Amino acid sequence: MKPLALLEDVIKKPVFGCRTCGQCVLHSTGMTCPMTCPKTLRNGPCGGVREDGHCEVKPEMRCVWVKAVDRAEHLPLLPAKWRHEIDDLRPPVDNRLRGTSSWLNLATGRDRQTPAGWGPE
Amino acid sequence: MTFREKIARHEFVVTAEMPVIDGGGMAEVTRQLDFMAAYLDAVNATDNAAAHAHASPLAVSLAIQRYGVEPIMQLVCRDRNRLALEADLVGASLHGIENICCLTGDDVTAGDEPEARRVFDLDSIQLIALARGLAAGRYLSGRSLEPAPSLFIGAVENPGAPPYDYRVRRAMKKALAGARYLQLQLCFEPERLETFMHAAVAAGLHERTAIIPSVIIVRGAGALRYIDEHVPGISVPADVIERCAAADDQLAACEDVAYELARHAMSLPGVAGLHFISFRRDAGIARLCQRLGIPTREERESVGDRPFVPA
Repeated sequence: MKPLALLEDVIKKPVFGCRTCGQCVLHSTGMTCPMTCPKTLRNGPCGGVREDGHCEVKPEMRCVWVKAVDRAEHLPLLPAKWRHEIDDLRPPVDNRLRGTSSWLNLATGRDRQTPAGWGPE
Repeated sequence: MTFREKIARHEFVVTAEMPVIDGGGMAEVTRQLDFMAAYLDAVNATDNAAAHAHASPLAVSLAIQRYGVEPIMQLVCRDRNRLALEADLVGASLHGIENICCLTGDDVTAGDEPEARRVFDLDSIQLIALARGLAAGRYLSGRSLEPAPSLFIGAVENPGAPPYDYRVRRAMKKALAGARYLQLQLCFEPERLETFMHAAVAAGLHERTAIIPSVIIVRGAGALRYIDEHVPGISVPADVIERCAAADDQLAACEDVAYELARHAMSLPGVAGLHFISFRRDAGIARLCQRLGIPTREERESVGDRPFVPA
């Protein structure tokens, strides 16, 4: 891991459970990392959420998306623009970016590159 | 008239889930479809349902097609990466299979091979968008497909799982990504389905995608208890289980429950059809359709300009 990626990891892992996907979308998911969902769903909860709002796969854990939806609405200080971004269609993960710094990828725009066939026609 | 055409014309559609196929070949497929095909516009071929391995959805879709009913090929994100999903979608279209239903899929831990690697390279909404791209003539890479496959893309939604208030928004996201119909997860709490449908209509979701609630017929209280405890995202209220357990004829009680839930679903605004599931492997779905006053497919198609409207 390069120094910047390492620094990012040291900060984001304890706070958000960061999985270093290298294409961070935290701000648009109520500051809740979707990669901590066992199914790594980036566009909303699956249909398996338990009655108590906990995860189908890990019953002891509150569903990441139940949290994300709740926080996108209620988290203080979150800019209004970010609150609405929860409904955005997030593209498939670029698996090549794993372990790289999403800060660097944000600065270079690399994290917003999508395959040529992705997106509205 | 095809499933797709009926949905375009806002006609009431009836679909059902094909019981999983493990052995018995075409004879077994025929036996299962003989029970219910007369009533159905299309039949769903599941994709390793409940994370248990079975005959593949593409193979079962082909068998359903050979029998003479339209298949709906379900694809889940659990077992295949994006390349394999594209291959199955394009492969299905090679055989004229148009109807595709995109799901996230139960986790591997819900199945009998929990040690398997889970894939989830895409999520269900990305899969819908991927299928839409294929139907527009391009792979995800941008490489072109000529001619573009004809795909009629659908998805699912669960009105009975948290976060309840968010479910219609998620369904809308699926509709915007390209889902033209939504088959809903089983919902044993009528008021939850009702809340979902009212919110769906208020948001205009029913105008973008055909919303199709599901109803299941089971053998007895034990099966309901099993669903409640083991099927992710479905809860069965204790009083429903008790009512079936206390009945002299448990099957009749379960059929009554299915009938009441179906009647209620049909009465809700924005409902475009019904989807039936049966674990019974008998004529239960046909009996339920008769009881609900749903004519056979042939009867519904023969009325021409006066399509069947649920009473």
